[in-house]
Amino acid sequence: MDKVLLAHGGGGSKSAELTRKVFQRFLRDPLLMEMDDAARLPGQVFTTDSFVVKPLFFPGGDIGRLAVCGTVNDLAVMGAEPLYLSIAFIIEEGFPVAALEKILASISKACRQSGARIVCADTKVVERGKADGLFINTAGIGRPVFSKAVHPSRIRPGDAIMVNGPLGLHGISVLTARGEFGLRASVRSDVAPLWGLISKCRALDVPFMRDPTRGGLAQTLNELTHGKEFGARIREHDLPIPKKVAAVCDLLGFDPLHVANEGKVVMVVARSDAARALKALRRHPLGKAACLIGEITKENQGRVVMATRAGSERIVMPPVGEILPRIC
Amino acid sequence: MCLAVPMKIVEITGDMAVVESAGLRREVGIMLLANARINDWVLIHAGFAISKLSKKQARETLAIFAEGNFFG
Amino acid sequence: MAEKTSLSLLAERLRNFPARPRTKIMEVCGTHTVAIRRAGIQHLLPAGAKLVSGPGCPVCVTPDHFIDEAVALARLGVIVTSFGDMLRVPGSRSSLEQERAAGSDIRAVYSPLDALQIAAATGRETVFLAVGFETTAPAIAAAGMMALEKKIANFSLLTALRLVPPALKALITPPQGDAAAEPTAVPQGDAADTEISGFLLPGHVSAVIGKQAYGFLEKHRLPGVISGFTAEDIITSLLHLLEMHNKGIYKIMNNYPRVVRDHGNERSRTVLAEAFAPVDAEWRGLGSIPASGLQLRPAFAVLDARRRFAIEVEAAPPRAGCRCGDVLRGRIDPPACPMFNKACRPDRPLGPCMVSSEGSCCAWVTYG
Repeated sequence: MDKVLLAHGGGGSKSAELTRKVFQRFLRDPLLMEMDDAARLPGQVFTTDSFVVKPLFFPGGDIGRLAVCGTVNDLAVMGAEPLYLSIAFIIEEGFPVAALEKILASISKACRQSGARIVCADTKVVERGKADGLFINTAGIGRPVFSKAVHPSRIRPGDAIMVNGPLGLHGISVLTARGEFGLRASVRSDVAPLWGLISKCRALDVPFMRDPTRGGLAQTLNELTHGKEFGARIREHDLPIPKKVAAVCDLLGFDPLHVANEGKVVMVVARSDAARALKALRRHPLGKAACLIGEITKENQGRVVMATRAGSERIVMPPVGEILPRIC
Repeated sequence: MCLAVPMKIVEITGDMAVVESAGLRREVGIMLLANARINDWVLIHAGFAISKLSKKQARETLAIFAEGNFFG
Repeated sequence: MAEKTSLSLLAERLRNFPARPRTKIMEVCGTHTVAIRRAGIQHLLPAGAKLVSGPGCPVCVTPDHFIDEAVALARLGVIVTSFGDMLRVPGSRSSLEQERAAGSDIRAVYSPLDALQIAAATGRETVFLAVGFETTAPAIAAAGMMALEKKIANFSLLTALRLVPPALKALITPPQGDAAAEPTAVPQGDAADTEISGFLLPGHVSAVIGKQAYGFLEKHRLPGVISGFTAEDIITSLLHLLEMHNKGIYKIMNNYPRVVRDHGNERSRTVLAEAFAPVDAEWRGLGSIPASGLQLRPAFAVLDARRRFAIEVEAAPPRAGCRCGDVLRGRIDPPACPMFNKACRPDRPLGPCMVSSEGSCCAWVTYG
């Protein structure tokens, strides 16, 4: 490959390819190679993420809220309480201050909701045309507090797979907010800080958590099983896909399992704690619709399969590149 | 080769109409149908209405769709 | 899920149906290919019955040459607009996705109307890649007419439209001495040994052309069922086909009456015929089929990108080792191609059957 493609940023197998073939030839620290949502350091967890979403404002949120929640959630899914954030802005010349203020207010509110404190920051301004409005990077530090280690090595066949609510909202929200493909719809992004929800399970046996962002549920479950000695089996009937998401996906030919979420966590919970976990999640506003979607299996090692409504089975692959509207 | 979904006509302006389904709206061409009317359920493909759902059949279709997405 | 839904009852009926041995049903619609594999319906077939995919994906049957033309246009600096399906298809040297990374202005659109809007908004030459079957051709014709009506002079079409019935005819009566058909080795596997027993017919193409368009199948003693796209639609259609095959009944059945009128959509056909005329066309895997494509009529020639722009494209070299042609004829299942899921994968496709999300090879890898 001699040029970076848009598809390399899609979060699916093309992104993984860029990471493997280019980045990992140079950045090979063992802690980095674990490829988790955050790095496990002694007594703390450390992560970073950049935000380039367009449009900057969408129903349910904006780039500022996303920048806080994205990083805070990457810490939360490691079983760590988010403590401190850094934030860096790259602003395009000409960007309206009023918009910047709205975004900063949003950042402030998201921090309050998440409990994390922004303790260092930076700002750069680039020439008109060089930053598409605004880019934000955040990095975060958290403190692991789950009583049992949240580590994929502890996943066992029989463990339950659950999700805290409806899938596909953020990706569809942003797509329709862009007015792309002539679609008019008001779909609220689910962007939200998840530590309050996730911490409800801190005393339970939760070997794995991840927020299914770019690439959707399909990407996350495939990352979970790839190269492992277990598989994952989910049930089509149990997947919570809201009508509006389904309508857009049907029209454009998207798979809802490939669509990004920003207020969702996929959890693998030890079978003995599954019922308790569901109850705990459902007690929290962000987990009212928490549901069981499948389990870890001995069979289908390294893969993700889905029991279809027709009573058959099919495999669930990660998305390949950008998600594009189809005619077929 | 035929990704198409049923949507309901909610507005008509000449050869164009606004169609709606589950809160989603789009402007589409209706010049490929002989007599499209408001409240008709039509099949949308590539930004055009290409067929009308028969009203009786539309009810049955909605029941099927209620179970999941269009592809079953 | 202990309760029996109507779908699970249908699935059970299909599983237990006493099909004749070596029953081979071909579907000829990429959307059916995907719907079947997404629901896992191929696993529900009774013993003795098999489903194969035919040339139903307009992306897959489009020869390399078309992509090469599109790439040439992009390099000229025009805006190239296309359905998303075409963007990753490899031509003989490059793909539109790669050209975009190299700086060409290439945009995925949902509708030719969106492409027209881009032309109107930018004032720059905008070409729409007009690919599809009879479902899509009337829409493209209508968009073309709107361009002329609104005097949007900077809009044009690069056409590769195809018609389904001529392809079906070619499948059941291969043309004699057709040098253009890709030479195939001795056909391998079950798919080749068995003749086609019946067709699952494309629901939305049929909404345009109607039941009457398939009359020739009855003469060949082949049943056909026009089917919708839900799992329920497809399973009931398969049951009808298996039953007809068992009983030696050779009829065309409309199992999608909520959308398909037996006489099709005459208005769509009229619009199509006003802008387009049938022309001989090249199909990957099937060679040249008479009157199987569409070209712009003289009154609409001004919309023809091939006339408007001087695009010189060398003939595409044959694709070594690629067996898309045999897959498209239903002669082999994708795994029989030596490159399947090895050298040729969804993230690194060599042939269109793998790159198109509705291509058989891609569907096999993606859904199993």
